[in-house]
Amino acid sequence: MRDVVVIGAGITKFGELWEKSIKDIFVEASLKAIEDAGVDHIDSMYVGAMSPGLFVGQEHLGAVMADYLGVNPIPATRVESACASGGVAFRQAFLEVASGASEIVLAGGVEKMTDGADVTEVLAAAADQEYEVYSGITFPGLYAMIARSHMEQFGTTREQLAAVAVKNHRNGAKNPHAQFRKEVTMEQVMNSTMVADPLRLLDCSPVSDGAAAVIVASVDVARKLHKNLIRVIASSQASDSIALHDRESLTTLNAVVKAAEKAYTMADKKPKDMNLVEVHDCFTIAEVVVTEDLGFFEKGTGGEAAANGWTSIECKMIPVNTSGGLKSKGHPVGATGVAQIIELYEQLNGTAGTRQVGGAHVAMAQNMGGSGASCVVHILEVK
Amino acid sequence: MITARYHREIPQRYRLEAGRCSKCGHTSFPPRLICPECKGRDFTTVRLHDEGTLVTFTVVRVSSETFSQETPFVVGIVELNDGVKVTTQITDVDVDELKTGQRVKLVFRKIRDEGKAGIHCYGYKAVTA
Repeated sequence: MRDVVVIGAGITKFGELWEKSIKDIFVEASLKAIEDAGVDHIDSMYVGAMSPGLFVGQEHLGAVMADYLGVNPIPATRVESACASGGVAFRQAFLEVASGASEIVLAGGVEKMTDGADVTEVLAAAADQEYEVYSGITFPGLYAMIARSHMEQFGTTREQLAAVAVKNHRNGAKNPHAQFRKEVTMEQVMNSTMVADPLRLLDCSPVSDGAAAVIVASVDVARKLHKNLIRVIASSQASDSIALHDRESLTTLNAVVKAAEKAYTMADKKPKDMNLVEVHDCFTIAEVVVTEDLGFFEKGTGGEAAANGWTSIECKMIPVNTSGGLKSKGHPVGATGVAQIIELYEQLNGTAGTRQVGGAHVAMAQNMGGSGASCVVHILEVK
Repeated sequence: MITARYHREIPQRYRLEAGRCSKCGHTSFPPRLICPECKGRDFTTVRLHDEGTLVTFTVVRVSSETFSQETPFVVGIVELNDGVKVTTQITDVDVDELKTGQRVKLVFRKIRDEGKAGIHCYGYKAVTA
């Protein structure tokens, strides 16, 4: 496989974008990415989206977006892996350029969640509809069951979970794209409405509209455009049982472990080589578990790490979710995986403003679907 | 839930029918065509033990519209005596006294009303044993 470089990025504001359609926001992000890259065409495109059919009654998103972006007749493909749809779309674009089949490919992601659908029901479709959701379980409920197990097994505390939300809101307050550009206090998190015990409202990522897009290209194309060479040095993906109850452990996400192992091998890097990581903090407990499963902290100590500030931007250990994460930046599910890549792209280009991690040159993004039945990991390096 | 889909799951929902792999003995619930442990394809139909232990649980306070008249309700993962784990509501309990490790038993209950017609859908819920 040949080297692949990220050469452009575009993102919409995340939030309740009631005045804009799913087409409007995808085209807005894609145009920004194309202009940022400075390319005059794209060879093909991928659209990550979890459930436009249930959210807005629109399927066939590849063709829809190619049409409205004005790029017909190029190949355009919708990619779905629940909340990992964006990350998997990026991986497809990576593979297409790495294989030599294309030179310039757009990887985008989009979700329009506030147009009136029963969001809890639509998101639940990422779990086992017949043997989990039938009983009334929700996504906050599934992660709440993981949280209870983690707390009972390792002594993780409510305060430690809240520390994740406080840290991510502190980062998100510095991110102009974020849905919630405001800090929250420990007390606000601990006193927010209970959603699914022990998880409260401020443990949960919000319901969001938004789109994100990046342009990936061969090194030759990037050189001609005089771009920083931000290379995709690892792209890996793994799967696990769809039902949480079928897993051997409720406190380890095996798809994350496996995808991370493959990514470290492919990049020839270790956790300590990462300057920052964007993880899939759909709920505070998810960040705790994932930072352990990616190898940054010993199993059972992810909560302690967050509470001790070892994941903050200022900390020299491993800044986690400098963008604000799903928690503060927002979680338009299909867009999230691509938005994570954009945070890496900005950090590695040195354009992350007040969120900038000094000297960042290697960064990781981890995006997952459902309660962890699919996971995709990327490592980018500027060199 | 359309009629055909509901109908074909009755053996699992009403009678807890599972598939035991003829090669390695692993029990799959619901039955599968391929054993997740040994990839075997021959199964015999068995009924699950209806008693087990509560592994973890939550209290769902915000639900989908289907269950919105029922909140708050408890959902947990139960490990049955034969090692199979299921996700199920835990009912007829005082949530403040509920603990992981507690012994529970699956019983036949109405689970939900489906669609505009409000079709009753049945299945298993857990009660304390």
